[in-house]
Amino acid sequence: MSIRERLSGNEAVAIAIRQINPDVMPAFPITPSTEIAQYVSTYIANGQVDTEFIPVESEHSAMSAAIGAEAAGARTLTATSACGLALMWEVLYVAASNRLPITMAVVNRALSSPININCDHSDSMGARDTGWIQIYSENNQEAYDNFVQAYRIAEHPSVRLPIMICQDGFYTSHAVENMELLEDREVKAFVGEYSPESYLLNSRQPLSVGAYGLPAYYMETKRSQLEALKNAKRVTLEVAEEFAELSGRNYGLFESYRLEDADYAMVIIGSTAGTAKDAVDQLRAEGKKAGLLKIRLFRPFPGEEIAHALKNARVIACMDRTESFNGQCGPLGAEVKSALFNARLMPEVINYVYGIGGRDVAVENINSIYEDLIRIDQTKDAGERYRYLSVRE
Amino acid sequence: MAVDDVTKITETIAWTDITEGCKIEAAGNSRLFNTGEWRVDTPLFKEEKCTQCLLCVTVCPDSSIPVNNYKRSDFDYEHCKGCGICARACRLGAILMKKGGK
Repeated sequence: MSIRERLSGNEAVAIAIRQINPDVMPAFPITPSTEIAQYVSTYIANGQVDTEFIPVESEHSAMSAAIGAEAAGARTLTATSACGLALMWEVLYVAASNRLPITMAVVNRALSSPININCDHSDSMGARDTGWIQIYSENNQEAYDNFVQAYRIAEHPSVRLPIMICQDGFYTSHAVENMELLEDREVKAFVGEYSPESYLLNSRQPLSVGAYGLPAYYMETKRSQLEALKNAKRVTLEVAEEFAELSGRNYGLFESYRLEDADYAMVIIGSTAGTAKDAVDQLRAEGKKAGLLKIRLFRPFPGEEIAHALKNARVIACMDRTESFNGQCGPLGAEVKSALFNARLMPEVINYVYGIGGRDVAVENINSIYEDLIRIDQTKDAGERYRYLSVRE
Repeated sequence: MAVDDVTKITETIAWTDITEGCKIEAAGNSRLFNTGEWRVDTPLFKEEKCTQCLLCVTVCPDSSIPVNNYKRSDFDYEHCKGCGICARACRLGAILMKKGGK
């Protein structure tokens, strides 16, 4: 039986954490971290969970403590945002390379400067190549559902990698939405008990973690790690299938919205996908063949599947909620164009930077992008392929 | 793949056979790694001046002073880096530092 609730995205993720009842949560919620850690510490104080909360002295230490706890054999998680994630950067690699399935709730918020605590993806996009699995959520329901699925993906024996479940700052972290929760026992049964095969606190089998890998070993270790990350794609689908049986809610590697016959496609991540779906519906009502692809799994990037889903589109808008400072594309634009090239598809692709630092995106703004795409298709003149959406000129 | 003996991970191992995250299901593997060649200076043990107080053993950061039956023996030059901390700790002049790693 599902439970109807109205919750903020932070509360929703905190409830998922309570239902999972992980072993350890180290955290140092530096501004602008969210209330997630506070909610969990309240559950601990109330005796609703027996999670060990470790108050550390920095976000670097939070991830370092998570690495230690997970290596010791504990199911571990933490939560962060923006500069907190940036401070973890060095040790994010250590978590992934040591194959430690830590789960992290990332509420996407801008990096300074200028000082800004609003939504954009520059924090987690900066961490996209650290070896973590990354899943992005459109709304509070998805943030909750993705969090419930996270450990099943991360802890799978063919994966064993850390995972970030990302949600948009304010839009799907502080804003309150109607949603459905699973019952505690359903979540516990779905996630299951954590019993790692090898761990540091196993006195019967000593273990060395964090070895020194000379040039003769480093590349083989990384290649093996890549295989585990690639396996996460299959496991994500398997877990989603089981989750659908439990909840009735379906998830894939990405979501296609009116995409099959679309001439004009948008590829987007996060909460703005909801706004864009409204725009697509309006354009479809006017007879314009607009469609949308919403990314769920960004790491590993399901390039072949995405290229296949976009094969009928004539003009594509790739939407990046971060600036990459390379002058030609954002991280999503780079991935999508790379996937299309590998599939020998050559549609026109325009890469937009939008919504950074929490700049609002309305249906009209998305409509203007589809109008751009239609004009490019008619005139065969792409013009500038790397653009800013609704920047004052 | 789990490996309980680090010597099974060799320089010819394929990526499909290397352990997950280079983990080894054993402890004390650094003993098998000869790091003594990094030594900058060399401690010399003057046994006749040594009272076996073992202060040097406790301060050695690389466990390079072997102890058997509460008595230290000569340095483990396979692992000693020549930091000289033991010579500073010894009040009896039983450890002299020689310039150079050899």
